[in-house]
Amino acid sequence: MDRITVDIVDVANEYKNSKNEHYKSKMERADQDFKWSKEQLAHIETIKAKYPDNEKGKKSTLLPLLHYAQDEFDGWLPVKLMQLVADTIEMPLIKVQEVATFYTMFNLKPVGKYHLQVCTNCACMVTGSGKVLTSLKEEVGEIEDGMSKDGLFTITEVECLGACIQSPVVQVNKAYKFRQNATSAKELVQKLKAKG
Amino acid sequence: MSKFAVSFEDKVFKNLDGDLDWSIEGYKERGGYDRLAEVLAKDPKEIINSLKPCGMRGRGGAGFPTAIKWSFMPDPTDEKPNYLVCNADEGEPGTCKDRDILRNDPHTLVEGLIIGCHCLQAKTAYVYIRGEYHIESVRMQEAIDQAYEAGYLKEGICDIYIHMGAGAYICGEETALLESLEGKRGQPRLKPPFPANFGLYGCPTTVNNVETIAQMGVIAKKGLDWWTQFGSENNHGTKVFSVSGAINSPKNIEVALGVPLKELIEDFCGGVKGGWDNLQAVIPGGSSTKLLTPEEAETAIMDFDSLKQFNSSLGTAGVVVISKDENLLDIMLRISRFYKHETCGQCTPCREGIPWVYRDLEKLINGKGSIEDIDKLVKLTHKIEGKTICAFADGAVWPVQGLIAKFKPLLEEKLK
Ligand SMILES: Cc1cc2nc3c(=O)[nH]c(=O)nc-3n(C[C@H](O)[C@H](O)[C@H](O)COP(=O)(O)O)c2cc1C
Ligand code: SF4
Ligand code: FES
Repeated sequence: MDRITVDIVDVANEYKNSKNEHYKSKMERADQDFKWSKEQLAHIETIKAKYPDNEKGKKSTLLPLLHYAQDEFDGWLPVKLMQLVADTIEMPLIKVQEVATFYTMFNLKPVGKYHLQVCTNCACMVTGSGKVLTSLKEEVGEIEDGMSKDGLFTITEVECLGACIQSPVVQVNKAYKFRQNATSAKELVQKLKAKG
Repeated sequence: MSKFAVSFEDKVFKNLDGDLDWSIEGYKERGGYDRLAEVLAKDPKEIINSLKPCGMRGRGGAGFPTAIKWSFMPDPTDEKPNYLVCNADEGEPGTCKDRDILRNDPHTLVEGLIIGCHCLQAKTAYVYIRGEYHIESVRMQEAIDQAYEAGYLKEGICDIYIHMGAGAYICGEETALLESLEGKRGQPRLKPPFPANFGLYGCPTTVNNVETIAQMGVIAKKGLDWWTQFGSENNHGTKVFSVSGAINSPKNIEVALGVPLKELIEDFCGGVKGGWDNLQAVIPGGSSTKLLTPEEAETAIMDFDSLKQFNSSLGTAGVVVISKDENLLDIMLRISRFYKHETCGQCTPCREGIPWVYRDLEKLINGKGSIEDIDKLVKLTHKIEGKTICAFADGAVWPVQGLIAKFKPLLEEKLK
């Protein structure tokens, strides 16, 4: 359901009214015409080389390019960045948006520096993910426009992360943290806060 | 020792736990890549034919005989090359075996892919890894690079590429996976045509699970007699089970197919938290499979055919143990929410029906409604099951059906 009804954030929207300075500055940074650097273009060639050298093969680069664009920019996919990907593959923007909105790993809104993704599915639930989630939320504090006021954290509840035997699992950006509990979750946030 | 335990020598995945060296040196020390050349010298079709009686059934969930599936592949042409695609999307809640194969025993998969490509006359294999498996994909890429360096993989003759998913359970369905690999939304295709005729880029394609491909490679090397000593007719071989939840030693473990569930839980995984009497229910093969009661768990045999006796199935062999300390209704509602979140939205019965099932179950659990509403919910699930493009919708209603069929008093209690 959720993947059928997602919204795309339009940079031209009224983000200027946001009370979260970090959100605001991320939105401002997203309002630019993106370009690949020389190094980035070289990397894109290595992506292309994995697929057949024809129209169909070129389309296959869409998911890898969206991942790459998101990683290289600010951890999310503003419309103008999707436009860059569209231009790179020579595909209409709407096709790129159609795909980007389907996959939950593509962030269509800015996220905090640390994206905490908590699995709350069955195995994690049995081993205490509920307490982990509550503890993370308490320690992170108020969320405004999808992230904490200091711009450090976004918390998302996610589906099974495929590490059920080490549950409960929390994913921090790309890394998994295993066998979490209320205390370890609290310490995790404190450590990240100290790191800044 | 249990007769279902598998010796180190016989294990397909000798480094599932990650205690040993995962790299090519370590793998070769354990007998990896030996006799590979011998297999590659044989005629592909002869290998497939010789493997047909092996009783090997796909480890991705549906349990289709793998050698038969391989025999559907036509000869490649210049315009239409054959492809082997490895399904490492692993998203079924309760399942985490492929992850440990990718990060701890990646060369078993690489060698399986080389043998698979030879049998299917494919020059290219794609490994579709779920996007969240970052370090696992890095490890797998390192293994691939090592295999090129050692000359087991040769550019233009047998190439393996990794393609990362991006967070969508439905991309585990094989045709959705192909759509996703082609750069589209992961929406399953209407079948027929099946991938063997019209797969990746419209070319003949076989999609197999990580474990399946790795095991087929080893069977091709070690032979049928070795493989069929494990399990029984139509259910031969060893199998990796993921055992999680209310269990003392949660783990992935490779044992013989046909292991009794109670033995798996009590002897191999340290037992139910709080003892066997504290058992409330077991999900035997990933979230889509129907619950087993403690009485059923007492006698259940873990293979593709035996679990039918309890109206359930082996699925992905992701066993989730639920004890009396947990709220079973909340867990099942959470699973229902998962399916509501993951529907791809193509078929009306699934897109509209699955959220409906979720809402109705939620109402019942909150004590709203009457006893008759329980039967209405069951009827609703029957209107969804079997009426959609892919098996997702079936897998979404089975857990609810299983809950109501076997744990109805829990719901009735709420409605009093
Ligand atoms: C909704 C859905 C999700 C699936 N997810 C996976 C998965 O994550 N991994 C997998 O190997 N098979 C999955 N499958 C099964 C595949 O469609 C396919 O049957 C399997 O990859 C074939 O491999 P096998 O013959 O080796 O089992 C899924 C099927 C459905 C309907
Ligand atoms: S059954 Fe559901 S998931 Fe499968 S194709 Fe139809 S809408 Fe998509
Ligand atoms: S249920 Fe949480 S990782 Fe599988």
